[in-house]
Amino acid sequence: MGKVMKYTRRAFLVGAVAVAGGVAFGYYQVRKPHANPLLDDVSDGEAVFNPWVKIDGDGITLITPHVDLGQGAVSMQAALIAEELDVDFGQFNTDYGKPSAAYYNQAVTQEMAPFMSTDEKFQAEAMRTVLGTVAKLMGMQVTGGSSTVPDSYEKLRRAGAVARETLKLAASKKSGVPVSQLKTEKGSVILPDGTALAYTQLAADAAGLEPVNDVTLRDPQDWRMLGKSMDRIDIVAKSTGTQVYGIDLEIPGMVHATVITNPYKGGSVNTYDASEAEKMRGVKKVVPVTGGIAVIADNTWRAIQAARMVEIDWADGAYPPEMAGHWKILEDSFTEDRLDSKWRDDGDVDANLGDQPIQAEYRVPYVAHAPLEPLCAIVKVDETSAEVWASTQMPRFVQNNVARITGLEPDQVTINNQYSGGSFGHRGEDENIKRTTEVAMSLKGTPVKLTYSREEDFAQDYPRQISMARMQGAVKDGKVETIDISVSAPSTTTSQMGRQFLDRPGMADGQIAAGAWNMPMAIPNFRMTAYQAPHNELAPTSAWRSVGASSNGFFAESFLDELIAEAGADPLEERLRLVNDDIARKVLEAVGDMSGWGGDLGAKRGRGLALVNSFGVPVAEVVEVTDTENGIRIDKVFVAADVGRVLDPIAFDNQVKGGVIWGLGHAMNCEITYSEGRAQQENYWDHEGMRFNQCPEIEVRGLENSEKIRGIGEPPVPPAAPALANAIFAATGTRLREMPFNKTVTFA
Amino acid sequence: MKLKIDGQVREVDVEPDMPLLWVLRDELDIKGVKYGCGVAACGACTVHLDGVAVRSCQTFAEDVGDAEITTIHGLGTPDTLHAVQKAWIDHQVAQCGYCQSGQIMQAASLLAENPNPTDEEIAEAMSGNLCRCGTFPRIRDAIKTASGELRGA
Repeated sequence: MGKVMKYTRRAFLVGAVAVAGGVAFGYYQVRKPHANPLLDDVSDGEAVFNPWVKIDGDGITLITPHVDLGQGAVSMQAALIAEELDVDFGQFNTDYGKPSAAYYNQAVTQEMAPFMSTDEKFQAEAMRTVLGTVAKLMGMQVTGGSSTVPDSYEKLRRAGAVARETLKLAASKKSGVPVSQLKTEKGSVILPDGTALAYTQLAADAAGLEPVNDVTLRDPQDWRMLGKSMDRIDIVAKSTGTQVYGIDLEIPGMVHATVITNPYKGGSVNTYDASEAEKMRGVKKVVPVTGGIAVIADNTWRAIQAARMVEIDWADGAYPPEMAGHWKILEDSFTEDRLDSKWRDDGDVDANLGDQPIQAEYRVPYVAHAPLEPLCAIVKVDETSAEVWASTQMPRFVQNNVARITGLEPDQVTINNQYSGGSFGHRGEDENIKRTTEVAMSLKGTPVKLTYSREEDFAQDYPRQISMARMQGAVKDGKVETIDISVSAPSTTTSQMGRQFLDRPGMADGQIAAGAWNMPMAIPNFRMTAYQAPHNELAPTSAWRSVGASSNGFFAESFLDELIAEAGADPLEERLRLVNDDIARKVLEAVGDMSGWGGDLGAKRGRGLALVNSFGVPVAEVVEVTDTENGIRIDKVFVAADVGRVLDPIAFDNQVKGGVIWGLGHAMNCEITYSEGRAQQENYWDHEGMRFNQCPEIEVRGLENSEKIRGIGEPPVPPAAPALANAIFAATGTRLREMPFNKTVTFA
Repeated sequence: MKLKIDGQVREVDVEPDMPLLWVLRDELDIKGVKYGCGVAACGACTVHLDGVAVRSCQTFAEDVGDAEITTIHGLGTPDTLHAVQKAWIDHQVAQCGYCQSGQIMQAASLLAENPNPTDEEIAEAMSGNLCRCGTFPRIRDAIKTASGELRGA
């Protein structure tokens, strides 16, 4: 990549999470494994092979520390272990385990390295190792960043293999048959004479052995399960209403509660009057919580009704009350003192822009997460312990925060992680659990289930970052010669970490540039400059499915399309001319082939193309639209993505289609705007996303050319919006430079 | 008041205007019926009243009267799947799954009324049911499979 990145200390700290102090642990700490949390409460006759597998006389339990948010994380983690352990679905239980440093995520920080994902040179790999080490030292147990598969792929297969080989050793000692003559199948060790010794029968013996850690992982050609479509472990429950989500749990003696906190987020309560609410049927009491009040009742609806009757005088929050003020902050941040980093500076942009560069300004609004299961938590606090039942992407942060609020030690706080009804980043925050803990403190010994109303969930969401870009470029002889991308956005990472009392002073934030600086395009003169708008002067934001690339991909790929149009070139041919890595090239070629690119679509129709690399995954999408009498109709989408290896074709297909629909729907019609400090959007009727009648046919192809295995939860999102915008331009001649697109065009 | 739910008569003591959703969830512990929006904008709470899909968040308890309430649990169970549920499993529709009880109840109601719907009719019937994960393409395929199954095709 030539001189893509200068290796500065500033760049070195990119995205690294509170590394200060961490590096002091030194080599020994880095090498030392974390303690196995399963050993804390191992019972007689129970074999614990590593933090992921435990077997006793009654059954097999696989620990799947990445929480299932709908992406199929539990199924995939279980399959990785089961493949090597030789157990089938149905032969084991799964459990999220307790929060532990042993479940640190080695992959989530690696893509924060300021190198192209395709860059495997020493410096890039060394940086990824450093960042992985930081995650280990901090014991960062995180579900997010499309990292479940990259984090788990080798380690969970290894966990399964270690358990299998140890069970074989136990069987060998028991039977006298050498290990080399033993096989394993469906949860049993098989002796040469066909006798099957169930793992559960061997557990007590295996418990007395040192685990056999010297194992060889199977060749993918020999896989029984992985690489083929599997029935999700939760599919029957999720098709029969029997899947239990956090919001469905009933704990004996539990009361119901709801909360209303200052809609001008961060503001406090001046005064409140709960006298009317307290008279309502079923209401037990109204208590103050940080930034608001909570109503405790005997039924969720009664609590929500009563909360609306509490009269509250709110203080103001800290961000501008109206949107003009927010945009002003972004507009004013394209300055040297707000420089995040100059992420890329190839060729000589200034010399080649010419006197009349092509210029455009792009904007992307705040957007809500709004998973369908509203925020909810159950917390019970006693004098010496606390217990939490809630879905979280950050269980160790939750444990620390509950400890802080209750005055207990973290190890006195039990977290029971839950299947969630969607997240998209929403459950990377834990305000709901903190508020519930405060309520539970006022009612010690009683479990409190606190459910947010949908309106409160919208009002209190920390949305996707607001962002704007100033673009310049030049073309020559029918070719794109120069692109100059400047982005101004708040650091979502800093906003989010601040709520966890973590500081990242002076660091560049890779998410402000992600999806734009790393375009796999050898445009001769290419500059990408990121500016950090002050996050603490804007509305607080949080990671939203695909994070920075959700806005940057739109900026970069839409403007590239403008330049290509200006050059008079074909969008696919010019990208193929410019693309500078083979994996991305094949992805482009694939969607070109799938969509019959170049063929005539007929009148009032158009197709648009975009290619974005996020989380190390290049994804290309072609969107076809028709300009109908009722507005723009999205007819069809073609997607090609390369994750190195597709571990479950149906799960992959589901994630890709879901990501495309997420990207298209929010680009079409979603924004969060503030007036008098409040989010003006209250519910799904004014923040819809895509609905069934607008959903196009989507054709998906998974490629496996990349050496590294990657996750697919987020990467299909960023190319969707620019591919749609480019298709609308092709069909109508209208350029869309601001989301949501329904501000400019109508959708059928 | 007495309610007929999934073939059983249940007695509850609630306000006349308590939405059926909360009667089912918090008073009777029938948790397959989901709260999503509370304003009939998402369809997660869909149940049948005398076989017709309604939003239980917008149905007052007092308005149910003698009508038979069918929830996802009354439609079918893991051991006795309804054809729509079986199609949902065969097509691996669910991601987070939170909306799917409502989607399935809506689809079952559609097929009861119109056993062989066109794509347009499916889209029209299903557009009030939101899915944030984006499972619509699989829902469409599953409804077609269930339609064939129910018609003996």
